[in-house]
Amino acid sequence: MHIKFERRVEYSRKILISVPVITIALSILISSALLLILGKSVPLTMYSFFIAPFESFYSITEIFLKFGPLLLIAQALAIGFRAKVWNIGAEGQMIMGAIAASAVPVYFVDSTSIFLLPAMLVLGAAGGMGWAAIAAFLRTRFNANEILVTLMLTSIALQVLYYLLLGPWKDPQGFNFPQTVLFQDEALFSPLFQATRLNTSVLIPILFTIGAWVFMEKRFGGFKLQVGGLAPNAAIYAGFSAKGAVWRSLLIAGFAAGLAGMSEVAGPIAQLQRSITSGYGYSAIIVAYLGALHPIGIIFAAFFLAVIQIGGDVALVSAGVPISAVHVFQGLLLVFYLATYTFVNYRLRILRPGKSLPVGATS
Amino acid sequence: MTTIEFFLAGTMSAATVFLLAALGELVAEKSGMLNLGVEGMMAVSAAVGFVVTYETGSHIVGFTVAGISGVLVSLIYAGVAITFLANQVATGLAVGILGLGLSALIGRQHESLTVEAAGGIYIPILSDIPLLGPAFFQHNIVVYLTLAIAVAIGYCLKHTRLGLAIRSVGENPNAAQALGYSVHLIRYGAVAFGGLLAGFAGAYASTIYTPLWADGMIAGRGWIAVALVVFGTWKTGRIILGAYLFGMVSLGELIAQSLGASIPSQLLSSMPYIVTIVVLAIISTNAARLKLHAPFALGESFDGSESK
Amino acid sequence: MSDSSTTPLLSLRKVSKRYPALIANDQIDLDVMPGSIHAVLGENGAGKSTLMKLIYGVIDADGGEFIWDGERVELRNTATARQLGIGMVFQHFSLFETLSVVENISLTISGTRKELAKRVRELGATFHLEVDPEASVHSLSVGERQRVEIIRCLLQDLKLLILDEPTSVLPPQHVRSLFDALRKLQSNGVSILYISHKLEEIRELCDTATILRGGKVTGIVNPNEKTARELATLMIGRNIPQIEARAHKRDTDTPILEITHLNAKNPDPFGTHLSDINLSVYGGEIVGIAGVSGNGQQELARIISGEDLSHRLSDATIKMLDRPAAALSVTDRRNLGFSFVPEERLGRGAIPPMTLSQNTLLTAYEKGLLNNGFIRKDKLAEYASQCIEDFDVRCSGIDANANSLSGGNLQKFIVGRELMLKPKLLFVSQPTWGVDVGAAVAIRQRLLDLRDEGVAILVISEELEELFEICDRLHVIRDGTLSPPLISSKVTPDDIGEYMIGTANSSDNLSPGVKESTYAHQV
Repeated sequence: MHIKFERRVEYSRKILISVPVITIALSILISSALLLILGKSVPLTMYSFFIAPFESFYSITEIFLKFGPLLLIAQALAIGFRAKVWNIGAEGQMIMGAIAASAVPVYFVDSTSIFLLPAMLVLGAAGGMGWAAIAAFLRTRFNANEILVTLMLTSIALQVLYYLLLGPWKDPQGFNFPQTVLFQDEALFSPLFQATRLNTSVLIPILFTIGAWVFMEKRFGGFKLQVGGLAPNAAIYAGFSAKGAVWRSLLIAGFAAGLAGMSEVAGPIAQLQRSITSGYGYSAIIVAYLGALHPIGIIFAAFFLAVIQIGGDVALVSAGVPISAVHVFQGLLLVFYLATYTFVNYRLRILRPGKSLPVGATS
Repeated sequence: MTTIEFFLAGTMSAATVFLLAALGELVAEKSGMLNLGVEGMMAVSAAVGFVVTYETGSHIVGFTVAGISGVLVSLIYAGVAITFLANQVATGLAVGILGLGLSALIGRQHESLTVEAAGGIYIPILSDIPLLGPAFFQHNIVVYLTLAIAVAIGYCLKHTRLGLAIRSVGENPNAAQALGYSVHLIRYGAVAFGGLLAGFAGAYASTIYTPLWADGMIAGRGWIAVALVVFGTWKTGRIILGAYLFGMVSLGELIAQSLGASIPSQLLSSMPYIVTIVVLAIISTNAARLKLHAPFALGESFDGSESK
Repeated sequence: MSDSSTTPLLSLRKVSKRYPALIANDQIDLDVMPGSIHAVLGENGAGKSTLMKLIYGVIDADGGEFIWDGERVELRNTATARQLGIGMVFQHFSLFETLSVVENISLTISGTRKELAKRVRELGATFHLEVDPEASVHSLSVGERQRVEIIRCLLQDLKLLILDEPTSVLPPQHVRSLFDALRKLQSNGVSILYISHKLEEIRELCDTATILRGGKVTGIVNPNEKTARELATLMIGRNIPQIEARAHKRDTDTPILEITHLNAKNPDPFGTHLSDINLSVYGGEIVGIAGVSGNGQQELARIISGEDLSHRLSDATIKMLDRPAAALSVTDRRNLGFSFVPEERLGRGAIPPMTLSQNTLLTAYEKGLLNNGFIRKDKLAEYASQCIEDFDVRCSGIDANANSLSGGNLQKFIVGRELMLKPKLLFVSQPTWGVDVGAAVAIRQRLLDLRDEGVAILVISEELEELFEICDRLHVIRDGTLSPPLISSKVTPDDIGEYMIGTANSSDNLSPGVKESTYAHQV
């Protein structure tokens, strides 16, 4: 007996929707097995992951705090992924956005200008775009693979960050900690609710999502990008620029990641320090896929991953589950998503061998 | 050790990590499988190799188990990308992310512990030569075995039927299938072999090169190994050269410190990444030439149905 | 052992193969007698290739049985088939370009390279299939590659040789030497299964023909006793529709497309360099480019279409509609009134997983389908519906995905989409590749009608019959060079064949100077 995949002629919406559900179910199943091996309580962990995050208002606002950057970056990455432009370095673009935005409060420590925050927005976006532009330039001018370049640029961005934090931008009164001064209120988004960290920056991902939806579903520009990803030769035949697609994809991602980085330093963290990205740049890759690279699907996926990340913090305290388990779970999500997505394009056929005379003993 | 001895010896040792991983990736790519999960495979087996070596005190046991764990992780990639026909790039990334998570989980109770480094070999006369002896002839046996593996892979791909079979499924899987080769089986084998070598590379990194465990210690070396295959334009000899070049570059930080140069350490830490980008740009400029050397069907899933 | 004169070497009983969209083979019965040259005749899409792949074990059957020399066998893989003594020469060869001839052979045949090389030479001499065993496959011509494939089959204990459309890649002269080799094999006791859609060939070579239509057997005949017309009727179920061609004169005095001294080096060492290409197409004529595939057709097509701009040609090399066009982009050329139908439908001429209405957007987006960059879905639907209606595209509607259409219908859609752009210069590469007879005739008729309306048309095709049917003038491309223009009514297929293999005396058959106004247009 052997198993074979056969291409489908008709696509089924039912399967498309059940893919993330099955993915999550399988990931939970395997994670539970892992928890048993680690000797942790499965029910308590599941409770911590999926119920506890909703038990307090503060915790819910924390979910949305994580939801924002995940949504923002994932929407942008999905546009690139649909064009088969593999930007894996949103993490680095986010760091550069945070650095560029931080330049304003670092150099204008005493300023109370209302232009602080707008200037940071502009610089944050520019920082991310500038970093992504390096990859776009190297890809279009020298044909250098953007996967490797964006990854390497992320490692370099991290070193730039360390250099600034240990050197020129270090807070002189910071007891030698690698961090800048705490930013003044004028350089920060205003909180949405008392005593929570959720702030007005959450509007940026929401606006960006609407923009991404319009672009990918309604605009000719989005269509051109999709053609480049689905059938590169058709794009060349039609006269859609491949270089343009690379530039667009990377600049959009740099823009979004840069703003996400800016939102962190001008939001919950309120200064530049070593751990500003929380791995959003990588998690967003998973969000983009789990949302089927579709602007609407990504909203749900971003929310789900935000819940898990908050849940991971809870589980660490309540069930003693190491935080790396969250990373394993995210990895499982992507692995299972890719495997189950096959059923959207293929159907499984199981072939049974018929009874027959064996031919030739060996080859 | 003098600075020069230290530099030459360090280069050889550092290069071994890159070379093992790159050779494994070379074999996988020759069969048409672009496995971007090298970083994850190395991370898992570095953690496993360290933990096992630490607990058993045996480098051999540590290497063996690390190799097996590398194979197991590679089979996750193979299952999803070969049997389930998923996009190879995305699958490699997924395995990379999963592997990094797993390595942190496996190594969490051994953070910052150390094991005793495995000793080097001693060859009478050769090892005693001033300068050259310490630089080239006092390394761990793995360093020399890696070079031997490199030569063996080069020969196998070029001159044996197995090598021809691997190259044929990487060039034209439809034709290979028509000739009676099992494309999926050969690709599974090539990917698993890649996993084995990535496993050894991880174990070498965590138990011999720097015999301590720290989360994230692979630090992009798996990705550089992937880049090395491109740098070497899928040729064994050039990949060896590339690995030694990167071994040298990755020592820059230590060398500069020992010379007392006042270059920011972050710049030196960035050097391997910067060099990777620069070399990648130079090598890739001639797109037609690169395409010529790359396995023709690299990165394409094979569903056995032919274009119909 | 069975009695070899009455027991078929191979019998198929009710063999079926289903694909999600169609039944490729429906309860096929087939008997191949020992020492017979047996034709499997059918038009594109009739299921011939699928059947041969089932026999060779490349794909698995869904039902039915295979009987080899009186015993039931299971043909699960090609190794089993080869053990039985079955060999196959594929339409698109299963050779590896980067390997040498012996290396390719050693992939399936054991033995040292030295021994193998010796046997390749011996067999080559015996069957007139000479080929250099040490040569790299990429340096071989299509005909030589075919010989390598046949020799590879001969190196095993061969009892049945399957050939899939073997002459579609050969110039007429080489067809004869192939037939000689096949007859020699037959006299050595090898049975041959010969797949083709070419009636005359089958009548000349084969002693039995099994005819397939729509995946079913519609007849088993002795082709020598049937006329080509009778065979055709069995093959497509009716008389072959004829196209209507009227005598026509070219409409313009200056060429609509003019290419002068085009040289293009190919960076791919396996590719073809184009050298000194000169070509002109006037309004109201169809110019054809014949040639064996792989002689530079694809390279030339990409340069004319503007998809390949990497050669930095001087502006005057290509003139379109009186404009220097060598540096113009695909879009600029389209805006001048140029349209192109590429040979690959899925993935180049159309986006496979997108709907037909989305596929109109690929080239027709400037025909009012956009509003400030926003896609106008209603206009898209209108445009697609009209294309489907005008060009008789059989599909489930404008929301059908391109990859759900048959080759013929998708080709009609793409041709239709391009014709709706009202081009003044149309370039079609392989207009009827893999297309069923009905659609092929419809497409050729459209091209002729368009010519009569004054459009300049350039056609690249590997099918000589097609070119003779529709072209006013012909060029032959060989190894990246183009023959002088030939008046198609004044040359024979054999003359074209001479150019294909490079033995033509170039002073013969020249068409009159392009300025000559008495130029006869006949089809």
